Amino acid sequence: MSEPSQPVRDSFARVEAGMKRRRAAERRFRFFGKCAVGLGLGFLVILFVSIVGNGYSAFWQTRITLEVTIDEASIDPSGVRDPAVLQAADYGALIKQSMRELFPDVSGRRNRIALYGLVSNGASFDLRDRILADPSLIGTTISLSVAADDDVDMLMKGHIDRGAPEADRRIKDNQLAWIEKLEADDRIGSAFNLDFFSNGDSREPELAGIRGALMGSIYTLFVTLGLSFPLAVAAAVYLEEFAPKNRWTDLIEVNINNLAAVPSIVFGLLGLAVFINFFTLPRSAPIVGGLVLTLMTLPTIIIASRAALKSVPPSIREGALGVGASPMQAVMYHVLPLALPGMLTGTIIGMAQALGETAPLLMIGMVAFIADVPAGVFDPATALPVQIYLWADSPERAYVEKTSAAIIVLLLFLAAMNALAVLLRRRFERRW
Amino acid sequence: MEAQASQFMAENPEHAPARRRPAEADSATYDREHRGTVGEVRSEVPRMRCTAVNVHYGDKHAIRDVSLDVGKNEVLAMIGPSGCGKSTFLRCLNRMNDTVVGCRVSGEILLDGKDIMAPDVDVVPLRARVGMVFQKPNPFPKSIFENVAFGPRIHGLAQSQAELEEIVVSSLQKANLWGEVKDRLAHPGTGLSGGQQQRLCIARAIAIQPEVILMDEPCSALDPISTAKIEQLIDELRRNYSICIVTHSMQQAARVSQRTAYFHLGDLIEVGETDRIFVKPQHQLTEDYITGRFG
Amino acid sequence: MTQTPLLIVLLLTLSSLAYHFGRKRAFAVSGGRIRTLHSLPAYYGLYAALWAVIPALLVLALWLAFEDSVITRLVIASLPPETATLAPSRLNLVLNDIRNLVVGNIVSSEPDAAILAAADRYRDLRGISTTALFAVTLGLAAIGGWFAYGRIRPEYRSRNAVERILKGILITCSTVAILTTVGIVLSVLFESVRFFQAVPITDFLFGLDWSPQIAIRADQAGSSGAFGAVPLFAGTMLITLIAMSVAVPIGLMSAIYLAEYASPRVRAIAKPLLEVLAGIPTVVYGFFAALTVAPFIRESGGLFGLDIASESALAAGLVMGVMIIPFVSSLSDDVINAVPQSLRDGAYGMGATQSETIRRVIFPAALPGIVGAVLLAVSRAIGETMIVVMAAGLAAKLTANPFEAVTTVTVQIVTLLVGDQEFDSPKTLAAFALGLVLFFVTLALNVLALYIVRKYREQYE
Ligand SMILES: Nc1ncnc2c1ncn2[C@@H]1O[C@H](COP(=O)(O)OP(=O)(O)OP(=O)(O)O)[C@@H](O)[C@H]1O
Ligand SMILES: [Mg+2]
Repeated sequence: MSEPSQPVRDSFARVEAGMKRRRAAERRFRFFGKCAVGLGLGFLVILFVSIVGNGYSAFWQTRITLEVTIDEASIDPSGVRDPAVLQAADYGALIKQSMRELFPDVSGRRNRIALYGLVSNGASFDLRDRILADPSLIGTTISLSVAADDDVDMLMKGHIDRGAPEADRRIKDNQLAWIEKLEADDRIGSAFNLDFFSNGDSREPELAGIRGALMGSIYTLFVTLGLSFPLAVAAAVYLEEFAPKNRWTDLIEVNINNLAAVPSIVFGLLGLAVFINFFTLPRSAPIVGGLVLTLMTLPTIIIASRAALKSVPPSIREGALGVGASPMQAVMYHVLPLALPGMLTGTIIGMAQALGETAPLLMIGMVAFIADVPAGVFDPATALPVQIYLWADSPERAYVEKTSAAIIVLLLFLAAMNALAVLLRRRFERRW
Repeated sequence: MEAQASQFMAENPEHAPARRRPAEADSATYDREHRGTVGEVRSEVPRMRCTAVNVHYGDKHAIRDVSLDVGKNEVLAMIGPSGCGKSTFLRCLNRMNDTVVGCRVSGEILLDGKDIMAPDVDVVPLRARVGMVFQKPNPFPKSIFENVAFGPRIHGLAQSQAELEEIVVSSLQKANLWGEVKDRLAHPGTGLSGGQQQRLCIARAIAIQPEVILMDEPCSALDPISTAKIEQLIDELRRNYSICIVTHSMQQAARVSQRTAYFHLGDLIEVGETDRIFVKPQHQLTEDYITGRFG
Repeated sequence: MTQTPLLIVLLLTLSSLAYHFGRKRAFAVSGGRIRTLHSLPAYYGLYAALWAVIPALLVLALWLAFEDSVITRLVIASLPPETATLAPSRLNLVLNDIRNLVVGNIVSSEPDAAILAAADRYRDLRGISTTALFAVTLGLAAIGGWFAYGRIRPEYRSRNAVERILKGILITCSTVAILTTVGIVLSVLFESVRFFQAVPITDFLFGLDWSPQIAIRADQAGSSGAFGAVPLFAGTMLITLIAMSVAVPIGLMSAIYLAEYASPRVRAIAKPLLEVLAGIPTVVYGFFAALTVAPFIRESGGLFGLDIASESALAAGLVMGVMIIPFVSSLSDDVINAVPQSLRDGAYGMGATQSETIRRVIFPAALPGIVGAVLLAVSRAIGETMIVVMAAGLAAKLTANPFEAVTTVTVQIVTLLVGDQEFDSPKTLAAFALGLVLFFVTLALNVLALYIVRKYREQYE
């Protein structure tokens, strides 16, 4: 019994001798794994912190309260209150007047221009809307809260250093002094930035909003959903339930899988060549965007819908066929309703993908500067991610904040859609 | 030599041999309250000694209070109906159950007198001493040579390439596979036949020179000729190793083992010299199983 | 075109009328004994409704698709010969003027009589076309409905007919995917061929100089423009390489950690969180790269005395790598989970530690699948657009230095096509040639990757 144990002991000594090194290697490896996960999650955190940190302030806006005397002689000399006259009147002069009254010692053309520059160009539109809504204000003095210029906004939010040398500052010393006086008088303050949600794009950062882009995205998604859901469900039903197994259906299947991995920009090229140049559909229109995104999301939704159909057990079909239903009836009345939640989940995911997509929309011209909010699928429009791209390209500091805020809005939409998909899946998840 | 611990069942009232009345011992009406092991659970020269081992999978109590020895240079066969816990018990012996989520093992398991269940015991050297061969041959997707060299490499058993080659060759020789593969050591191990693969796995296990080899139904996926080769191999290996083999084939248990343990629904029913168990089972359940009345 | 919704509503109304009358007729012909009918009455209604709406809709779709080009051609034919034979690009401007006149927009120049006449003609043709469209489609709907109505008899198998039509619709829908591929290939190929007529394909594929500026006048210096795409390919590869060297180690290691080490709780939290990275739109990554990462890299390079471009390949590649991490990790996770447990058991049973098992058994066993996953990720990186458009450079430069700015195929496609370009210039056509290369390279990578992954799966079936 002892004769074989000699080499045995020997080998255990060697195993034991190596254990220290191996335990260290094990710890190292595990540490690398942890690092990898940590890095991945760390990137996520940095990304979110950077976006939210840059963007949350855009939901507030610096506003200046002015006492505006609405001088009848300057806006409606005839006194008829003709809306056309009121519409065309020079409200900017009233705003300037009230600024001059606030700072009576400011003299000289350049100083005055600098003074007027404290409030946004949009202030006169605010005033106009106010008066058009209530002409009886003419002749009185009203207290009007107007948006400050984006540089003032940046200063108030601390993005411009008051201590920096004047040459490096977009807000000059005299403006700084006026702002400090406004602060002392409690005329400058911050309020929720409604403009951001109600305005279209603008060259003035303080007036720029996401309404136009959001509507453009909604119209685009609307077209996408309306086309891709029925198409995908029909295609999935055919391929999964009726298609014979032959070369042709194999081809379709391989084709769908490959289409799912084609770069999105190639779909943009397709849209440009086919929809715009061949079918001469309008450039920059949500209808074309929707068509392109339909083709792009179709494979995703078809694949998800087929998976949903696959998960319906054959017994359901057999049961329906057994009571005399035709195959089409079995599918329409029995299989489809059961697969529908899964298909909807896939569709929502496809829509989320479409909502975040930018590159193909650039190709079909949804990247122009469009200040108006689109009113239909044929109107020129842009989309939320494209708006982000456009703002990201703008040099003004104020657009950084706008861009980040638009990203926050986009991410919230995406989160909501994904949450809906998860909810739907949970709600209808069935174990057969 | 730790020969002190040769206890016998007869000395232990709890394990007193008792022949039950047939009606009571029918497999369907088997009464858990009156369980206990019949026969001698202890070996005169134990390599491994298990005492009161219990295994739970979540809420499921898969092994109940099993005490059993694995003797030196002996082949211990474990038999019993499917799902009775043979594999589970076998996997306790090298703590393979650690890898199963939700599996809890309690009790005392000694290897050469040292408790392997202690929390500070490292399973790595333990498994180097208690090797394992599985039901389905599972060669790594590497060459035949690399398959056998795997253990010596990770455990650092060979100081040089020459030594490594020597280990590989001698392991393949011991596993009776050398003649069949010596010309294609660089071919993938997965390209061998089922029986060859299983012998490759045995060669792989003995390349690290364990003390105990655990085999879980090593022949169940094999043809009779391969089975015969492996049985012959097991018999040869007994000279150097202790072997624990789970099998569904009574004939195989009878052919290769010196002692046999019969498990039933997580209980160890009877243990004894193989010759005696198959000729004169003491417990009704054992007899029923051996005579093929169930299982 | 603005009348289309009205027309569709009318068609649907006609179709529901057909349904109503079809059903009623089915009742009538059965003499009240529905059992004598072959199918349920609703099927007869449906049959009539489908006949009413489908041919009309088909005609409507075709009409709308070709209306504009036909009218345009007719208008061109009516233009004075000296205008009609203008170069295509000039002619387009004229046509734009005409269209603008029709819509009532401001026109670039004072319109002359011929243009005004053409605009009138255009407007007339549009009017005729719309009237004709209404007449044809509504007439077709009426005829279709009437035809189906006439065929309703008790023994007519309307259910089978309806189901045949439905199946036809399903088949048509399933071919959209094929049509899309065909459309992509044709449109990209067609424009590329035109491009290769102007620029030899060898110059494009092997030329080392990319500067697609086309001079306004033919005699201008450096007017030809150079379309050698090698610097773009090199730039794309450089950025892809950087992205992969971030995504592969991190993605693979986190997949391994989550699959083999992490507790179920950690996995349940970390895995979806990692996948969030894949759900973030790429334009967000692009912004992040340009705003945060690029300046950071530039400044940290400055600390070491390195001169790093603010649009360095490194910044774009790093961020792209982050985007691809979840892609690599979830694909690898699938692959690692497909490695049979028996191999793990085999290794553990011999006393291998967990990391030894992973490195020496699981990883080699999963390698083909992982290679497939990485190939898919590479194809993803090559086709990625927004990150590079926002964070990589515009100037083509043949360099392997990650600190310099390079440009990529997708960046060039975007810059060539965004903005008001004439469609027919070699500049825009070059974008399609690049698109062609992009399409086929990613397609080849995908086919290869899917093939490898499938082979790998079969190995462990
Ligand atoms: N991972 C696990 N999780 C939960 N229960 C398990 C697990 N593995 C085994 N079991 C249960 O433990 C009991 C014993 O299983 P074990 O595999 O040990 O049986 P066996 O005797 O080897 O059977 P067979 O002869 O079929 O291999 C069975 O009832 C089984 O269902
Ligand atoms: Mg078993």
